[in-house]
Amino acid sequence: MTTLAYLIPVALLLGGLGLSGFLWALKSGQYEDLDGAAERILIDQGDKPER
Amino acid sequence: MALEVADAASALPSIHEIKLASRALGGDIHQTDLSVPAVHCGGCIQTIEAALAKLENVEMARVNLSTKRVSVRWQGDEVPPFFATLSRLGYQAHLFDPEIHEKDKTLSELIRAVAVAGFAAGNIMLLSVSVWSGAEGATRDLFHWISALIAIPALAFAGGIYFRSAANALRHGRMNMDVPIAVGVSLAYAMSLYETINHGEHAYFDASVSLLFFLLIGRTLDHVMRERARTAVNGLSRLVARGSIVLRDDGTREYVPVAELMPGMRLLIAAGERIPVDGDIISGNSDLDCSIVSGESAPKTVSAGTHVQAGTLNLTGPLTMQATAAAKDSFLAEMVRLMEAAEGGRSRYRRIADRISALYAPVVHLAAFATFLGWMIASGDWYRAITVAIAVLIITCPCALGLAVPIVQVMAARRLFEAGVMVKDGSALERLAAIDSAVFDKTGTLTLGLPRLVNVAAIDPAMLAIAADMAAHSRHPFSKTLAGLGGFAGQPKLESVSEYPGCGIEGTAAGSTWRLGRRGWAAWKARISGKGTNGGTVLTKDGVIVASFVFEDALRADARAAILKLNEQEVSVQMLSGDTAAACREVANLLDIRRFVPDLLPSGKVERIETLATAGHKVLMVGDGLNDTPALGAAHVSIAPASAAEIGRNAADFVFLRESLLAVSLALEVSRKAGGLIRQNIAVAILYNTIAVPVAILGHVTPLIAAIAMSASSLLVIGNALRLEGFVRDAPTKTVPNDGRSNSSGLAQL
Repeated sequence: MTTLAYLIPVALLLGGLGLSGFLWALKSGQYEDLDGAAERILIDQGDKPER
Repeated sequence: MALEVADAASALPSIHEIKLASRALGGDIHQTDLSVPAVHCGGCIQTIEAALAKLENVEMARVNLSTKRVSVRWQGDEVPPFFATLSRLGYQAHLFDPEIHEKDKTLSELIRAVAVAGFAAGNIMLLSVSVWSGAEGATRDLFHWISALIAIPALAFAGGIYFRSAANALRHGRMNMDVPIAVGVSLAYAMSLYETINHGEHAYFDASVSLLFFLLIGRTLDHVMRERARTAVNGLSRLVARGSIVLRDDGTREYVPVAELMPGMRLLIAAGERIPVDGDIISGNSDLDCSIVSGESAPKTVSAGTHVQAGTLNLTGPLTMQATAAAKDSFLAEMVRLMEAAEGGRSRYRRIADRISALYAPVVHLAAFATFLGWMIASGDWYRAITVAIAVLIITCPCALGLAVPIVQVMAARRLFEAGVMVKDGSALERLAAIDSAVFDKTGTLTLGLPRLVNVAAIDPAMLAIAADMAAHSRHPFSKTLAGLGGFAGQPKLESVSEYPGCGIEGTAAGSTWRLGRRGWAAWKARISGKGTNGGTVLTKDGVIVASFVFEDALRADARAAILKLNEQEVSVQMLSGDTAAACREVANLLDIRRFVPDLLPSGKVERIETLATAGHKVLMVGDGLNDTPALGAAHVSIAPASAAEIGRNAADFVFLRESLLAVSLALEVSRKAGGLIRQNIAVAILYNTIAVPVAILGHVTPLIAAIAMSASSLLVIGNALRLEGFVRDAPTKTVPNDGRSNSSGLAQL
């Protein structure tokens, strides 16, 4: 029973972390161009990064 | 190819037009959004971004591969030449309207709701598993309390979508699937909370949250699918002018947006531009392509005094015209009004899901109430009676029913998307499945609105080569066709070629004067001698006819096959056209269409469709022109090709991006299959209820049984919907163009 007292908060915290990470990624526009992101990794960007 | 046709007919947008379509981002920075349908790989991204970034004043260029768009940020007053740059690289670009670009709020709300509901459902389910496997006493209470807490944000955030929709439906005295969902979820939560407070055994937090999660997934997929289709359609080129150059009384020229054009203004229309508003020509000669406005396939010669309609394309010479109507009174606006007035079958149509829920919700709610009464009478224990009644509501919460329709429609829309057919919304699929007659427009739909040279064999190749050389200097549709037939190298070299708008092209070669154009103009010797007064296009050498050309409208690819297929599918086909009877008869004979009506005005098409509708037919309208738009609105369901005018594309339920007309029969086939699957799915959902409800009424339902029953029925329904993939797998080979046209179907690869 006492283990639950910290295990459950830890589990919820980790889950919540994942959720907020997803929401942040969504908000910062990382899901706007999934196809493009997959291709961009192959592009040599030179020394001037875009955005 | 149809896309290219539409594009080739219009010139690059003017600098003014680009400015008008840009957004100011503060300072002197502007952002212009372009739709570039041909972007398809990482290489394209790099080429486009590098080339645009090199231009002067361009601050940033970014390609979005998913939506096939490029946004360019630039500064200063000078618009950088990005259209020229893109077309040099081989990419066709269209301006994109800033207002459409607004972020999709609904989608992000849905995705966020799915994320929250998924998080809550996962965690609550974990806790529920411990309860089911025997947690007792204080531990169980603790788990219930935590579940109740986690469920609150899920209900508020994810459930809010359903609560709002249900409230909206009830306020308008209607019933939709969201009403029983909202009632079930909130009652389940309330009862579980009561149980938790009283250290009870059964809490349904898992059921209410996972129900929301499943349903939200279906709803989000549905939305994503529709949005993809809409984005693809919005990315097509515009066929209506955004503005025009106005010639002021003091001689200055100014670019004015269409909405601000007033009657009496003098407008300059360059060759290749569309007429923005109705008006009269003051000076200049040219040919107008009216195909998209009236359905006439042959270009019309205009000169001073001619009345012109908004939307027609100026082909050969510059024109000065005087506006006689503002944009809101022009032909285009008239079509929109007619369309709104005609909006018949589709606004009255009630979706299958709504029709079912109108029956389902009262039955379920009455059953729950009867259960409550029954248990009250039988046991007199109001707590037990309420618990069982709510268990009935939970078990009948239409999880499977809520997924039964949308999931099939998502699969069908996806299937059509791959074949280049965009579905604007799910109800369109339901309506298409019900049709029994199809009405086609002629020009631009059954035909490409592009002339084809009929008598190639009868023409001397040397003459054809000279004609092709001359024709390369003009943008008249006949010239474009001829220019494409060149290739013979021995012809004399042309000097000084000039175009006479409305007449033809004149050039000199090896000392003689050649003319290509209208018979009466080109063959001036024949005219004097009284011969050959009839029309037609001829090539003359010093006034003597050396070759004459016969053109006819080229049929759209697979038009005949598509009509045959539709006949097989037991759909009666008709053709309604604004073109002449002779032109219609020819096409009708070629395509084996028995019924056709020529010379129709836009309102005439609507009347025809309404007559059919009153006779009890469900009519599919396929058309592309501005004159078809009211008919597209009036029909039960409508399909437009990608080359259609914007308002036509917006009015139509389906837009097909490839040239082949087989898209129509494919859409019909898929929608009918989908209709069958929807009925099966509904049957599955009802079967589930007939088994589960008696169990619930007898009071044997526990949270575990509810969770298993609901997930099982949902999975069954989803699995059944996936069968649509297998059903029509054999079809795509027929719709994909098999020659080297894949380049033009770049959009369809989206």
